[in-house]
Amino acid sequence: MSADLRPEIKPVSAGVGTFAAMKAVFGRDLKVAFRQKQDLLNPLLFFVMVVSLFPLGVSPEVSFLREAGAGILWVAALLSVLLSLDHLFRHDFDDGSLEQLVLQPQPLFLLVLAKTLAHWMLTGLPLVVLTPVLGVMVHQEGNSIAVLCLTLLIGTPVLSLIGAIGAALTLGLRSAGVLLSLLIIPLYIPVLIFGTGTVAAAADGASVGAYVALMAAFLVLAVTLAPFAAAAALRISLSNG
Amino acid sequence: MSEPLLQAVNLQCERDERVLFRDLSFSIVPGTVTRVEGPNGSGKTTLLRILAGLNDAWSGELLWRGEPRVNLREEFQRNMLYLGHRTGIKTLLTPLENLRALMAGRRPLSDDVLRQALAGTGLAGFQDVPCRNLSAGQQRRVALARLLVADEPLWLLDEVFTAIDVDGVSAIESLLQQRAAEGGAVVVTTHHDLRMAGMHRIVLGGGLDDER
Repeated sequence: MSADLRPEIKPVSAGVGTFAAMKAVFGRDLKVAFRQKQDLLNPLLFFVMVVSLFPLGVSPEVSFLREAGAGILWVAALLSVLLSLDHLFRHDFDDGSLEQLVLQPQPLFLLVLAKTLAHWMLTGLPLVVLTPVLGVMVHQEGNSIAVLCLTLLIGTPVLSLIGAIGAALTLGLRSAGVLLSLLIIPLYIPVLIFGTGTVAAAADGASVGAYVALMAAFLVLAVTLAPFAAAAALRISLSNG
Repeated sequence: MSEPLLQAVNLQCERDERVLFRDLSFSIVPGTVTRVEGPNGSGKTTLLRILAGLNDAWSGELLWRGEPRVNLREEFQRNMLYLGHRTGIKTLLTPLENLRALMAGRRPLSDDVLRQALAGTGLAGFQDVPCRNLSAGQQRRVALARLLVADEPLWLLDEVFTAIDVDGVSAIESLLQQRAAEGGAVVVTTHHDLRMAGMHRIVLGGGLDDER
């Protein structure tokens, strides 16, 4: 091996800014995801399938779908985020890049936040983009669809962030799927209730401001606290691994 | 002798109710290569992960430049390079992209330098081939390319010689030796018969077997 490249041995290297490191983590995750496109399509396909099976399985009547449509879309979105969670850290754990992430000289919770943001961009955001089309399919009105998109836009990042805690905690287990769902679903329920509640209020013609503000509060809470919890959980999982 | 980088005092670790080692004390001094020795299952990898800060299930004291390491996590991580059993290489990315991602949080370098580093580990011409098309040895060489551009004073290397051919092994040996001569500190675990002048050794497993 040629040695000419090697730097001097310095007591403390200058270090990289936290934001630059977060950007690098985010960019790498997107790049890896786009190299494996079927993993990207899975949650979307699941979302579309569940929503389109409801009219077939229950009732294709306009009155039913108008009533239940928002709830169906929210539940489908929630489950499809849940399905994608295991991928958030699993591959990195298996190939050792998670160890390297934890050992990076930046605050781990911010790197975890960057990873989770990438996860949301790849799973939650596409769901939001698809929602108008599926909303029309289940006979939602224009106003309801707009509110539905808004609640999912605020709600899906919360799902990803809370999910990151569960995914990090169950990382060391061989079959994490069931435990992950059991841990995470109770925490998802408030988000689901307020998400569908907002759409129901909009459909009744009530003001949705208070609902949206509450959901935004969920998001702020999740952004500020979930990365700490997920980072701590990652350290524990790696310590046992 | 210069001031030790890392000091372990009465280190003890249990795993599955079995004591892997106890009362283990040693210093990692700049300018030395330290080899962790012991049979399979004697806790070599565990010790290295403890030193790296990945494993918290230990008791005793670990001092970084004379101060408890728990208070200095970021400073310690900036000064320490750990190459684990698992390489941290993404098989979907190319060697260049992998190396760029691994260095991004530590020491961002231009693609030219990264390409040279990869060429220096014998991957010339493979820099842009997805890693899943490379052999196990070549993938490990991608991880080893970091050693050519790393400026951390302390290196912790777990089984770096795995899947590496004879020429590669001797190249890494001389790299480590040169690193020590320049004032770096290297800790390696390996089953490979490493022979270096002035090499320090930490032997695990031996004494504890008699107690059981």
